[in-house]
Amino acid sequence: MSAKKRSPLTAVWDFFCSLKLTIVTLILLASTSVIGTVIQQNLSPREYLRVYSETTFRILSDLDFFDMYHSWWFLSLLALFAANLIACSIKRFPRVWKTVKNPVLAPEDTLYRTFSNFEELLVKDSADEARQKLEGFLARSFAAPVVTEKDGKIHLFAQKGAYARFSVYITHLSILIIFAGAILGSLWGFKGYVNIPEGQQVSQVWPRNGNTPIDLGFAVRCDSFAVSFYPGTARPKEFKSVLTILRNGKPVPGLDHHSIIVNKPLTYKGITFYQSGYGPSGSPTLGLQVKVRASGATREVSIEKGEQVPLSGGAQLRLVDFTSSFQNYGPAAKLEVLPPSGQPRSFVILKNFPDFDAQRGGDYIIRLTDFQQHYFTGLQVAKDPGVWVVWLGCLFLVLGSISAFYLSHRRIWVTIQPVGKKTGIKLGGSAHRNQPSFALFFDEFKKNLKSEMTS
Amino acid sequence: MNSMHLSAQLFNFVTIAYFGAMVVFFIYLASRSKTVALIATVLVYLGFIAHTAAIGLRWYASYQLPGTVGHAPLSNLYESVVFFSWTIPLIYILMDFKYRQRAVGAFVIPFAFLGMTWAQLKLDKNIEPLVPALQSNWLTYHVVTCFLGYAAFAVACGVSIMYLIKVGKEEQNSGNSPAGGIVGLFPAAKVLDDINYKAIMVGFPLLSLGIITGAAWANYAWGTYWSWDPKETWSLIVWFIYAAFLHARFTRGWVGKKAAWLSIIGFAATIFCYLGVNLVLSGLHSYGG
Repeated sequence: MSAKKRSPLTAVWDFFCSLKLTIVTLILLASTSVIGTVIQQNLSPREYLRVYSETTFRILSDLDFFDMYHSWWFLSLLALFAANLIACSIKRFPRVWKTVKNPVLAPEDTLYRTFSNFEELLVKDSADEARQKLEGFLARSFAAPVVTEKDGKIHLFAQKGAYARFSVYITHLSILIIFAGAILGSLWGFKGYVNIPEGQQVSQVWPRNGNTPIDLGFAVRCDSFAVSFYPGTARPKEFKSVLTILRNGKPVPGLDHHSIIVNKPLTYKGITFYQSGYGPSGSPTLGLQVKVRASGATREVSIEKGEQVPLSGGAQLRLVDFTSSFQNYGPAAKLEVLPPSGQPRSFVILKNFPDFDAQRGGDYIIRLTDFQQHYFTGLQVAKDPGVWVVWLGCLFLVLGSISAFYLSHRRIWVTIQPVGKKTGIKLGGSAHRNQPSFALFFDEFKKNLKSEMTS
Repeated sequence: MNSMHLSAQLFNFVTIAYFGAMVVFFIYLASRSKTVALIATVLVYLGFIAHTAAIGLRWYASYQLPGTVGHAPLSNLYESVVFFSWTIPLIYILMDFKYRQRAVGAFVIPFAFLGMTWAQLKLDKNIEPLVPALQSNWLTYHVVTCFLGYAAFAVACGVSIMYLIKVGKEEQNSGNSPAGGIVGLFPAAKVLDDINYKAIMVGFPLLSLGIITGAAWANYAWGTYWSWDPKETWSLIVWFIYAAFLHARFTRGWVGKKAAWLSIIGFAATIFCYLGVNLVLSGLHSYGG
């Protein structure tokens, strides 16, 4: 291959390896991410048109700003980030691997000149004596050295925390693992939603973005739903659904009448159900006490909205409407009495004011004694086979970044050579991170070494 | 006097202590007296001890509410601002042990004072029982890691401002004797740069942990660890900025001033992530913190 042909390739490779690209990509990711927090994502066109003009809507829509985190350009930016990360690691890793696996055991004088932590001394011991003393000293106060004899010189090399050099790569790998987990989840997982009225069951859920329901392969029944409040307040304390998982129509052992609350979901066959909403389902059943004014005879009536119940004396009672809170008066029902002849009369009764209806002066005095509202429970349904991969990536990210910041690879070289009748000792050290604290350590180390060698 | 009342009184004292410390730090910058710096630092310590006690008392008081089980005081905007204001002197004190650079206090303690003042004057101080969404141990892990990270970034931001002032002054009277006046008391630019980096080294893993615990909690409560909610997205924006900062350290042309600016922008984004998102944007994370 000629140099001309290779150079564009090298240029591309250098582009992907550059740290400047990393910084620019990170800043681009940060600044473009702002868009999706300012423009609400994934609304319907009609909702957007309420805020934006037609032209603005079209431009923003063409730029994918309404679902920007899944747009081609944002995903490309993430891909560029990943490519940069991989390229940087591929470029630098082999050199680091070599540094750790094949350390320089017999350093030249030129290497010693590069150390900022350096010391030279002359001792009266013979080279062998010096070597013995130094071996012991290094092992005691730093790490056991590797001894190499070459060209009449004795070299000692000791190192600590060599693996710290890999922590950067673990951090980088962790991000790729998180990406892999996210891709896994989006390919083989789903996020759905389902509303189940009390007493009913479903075997399908609706995906959040899609129109075809997903078969669960089993059924979920909502046995009951309840919301409780802190005493004397309207502040909810607990939303609770009692669910039963049914397989072939039979409850699955252990998941029969199983309660879930917010922050305590239920998982079956990799599919998890989360308590996330509720609402009234169907019309409530009202308990009424009907008293005939003339005779004083009372009777309990249970009635639903729209239902018509015969009363003694040939009249009919109909429930027109019901609300669990009517202004500040609490539960209220709108009723209609249809006498056998004459005009129907409608009126309102209030649960919290039982004697209110007596003042109306009608033929019947009606009290609202009780009402029972049926609910549906709203469940988020999710399956994400990639989530454990994501957590693994997160673990690597935290451990990797902490060790990248706080651990350092420290190395000390000692070279012993006879100088006339005496023995010369050169020593140098380096740390790949946190040099100031290593410098302090090295000062202490050489002081102790000197007193050891001269004693 | 009940614990809730005592806690409220202590919080007032804390606010005054931080105010005092801030003023005395400013006097120190003008007077250069070591004794004055010591007084300011003692005020920070006193405020911090009272602050810790007041948070503890408020925690205790939450158990006294009828019909509830009690919870760590991290559940609404008031409590989160108070906690954030607690983490700033905490990080300052730790830095003080290591560096003894007390001029830094003048640029860091004001954040704690502003936080406490805002909380005491403007925010709802009632202890409310937890709504169902917050009834989880993840709440404590998530909030504590996030805010310790935020506090480290606050220190980094204060130090970066000092760095820019110092370097700016040095460039102005280049060649002349070292800058006098207030700036003369500042640590050397190299030291400021180092503290900036060290603070972000503390903050970045904490922020990562905060995002991860938040994601884990969201996954546990809603079934999605990430939904590009504005709060989540802003925390990621902050993460991107500090990741850029950390890589800038190894890149020619990006050290020094640019890195200091990245640190300041990072903290501005942090504050927006913390408060702006709740006050300006809408989303799932509407508990105030």
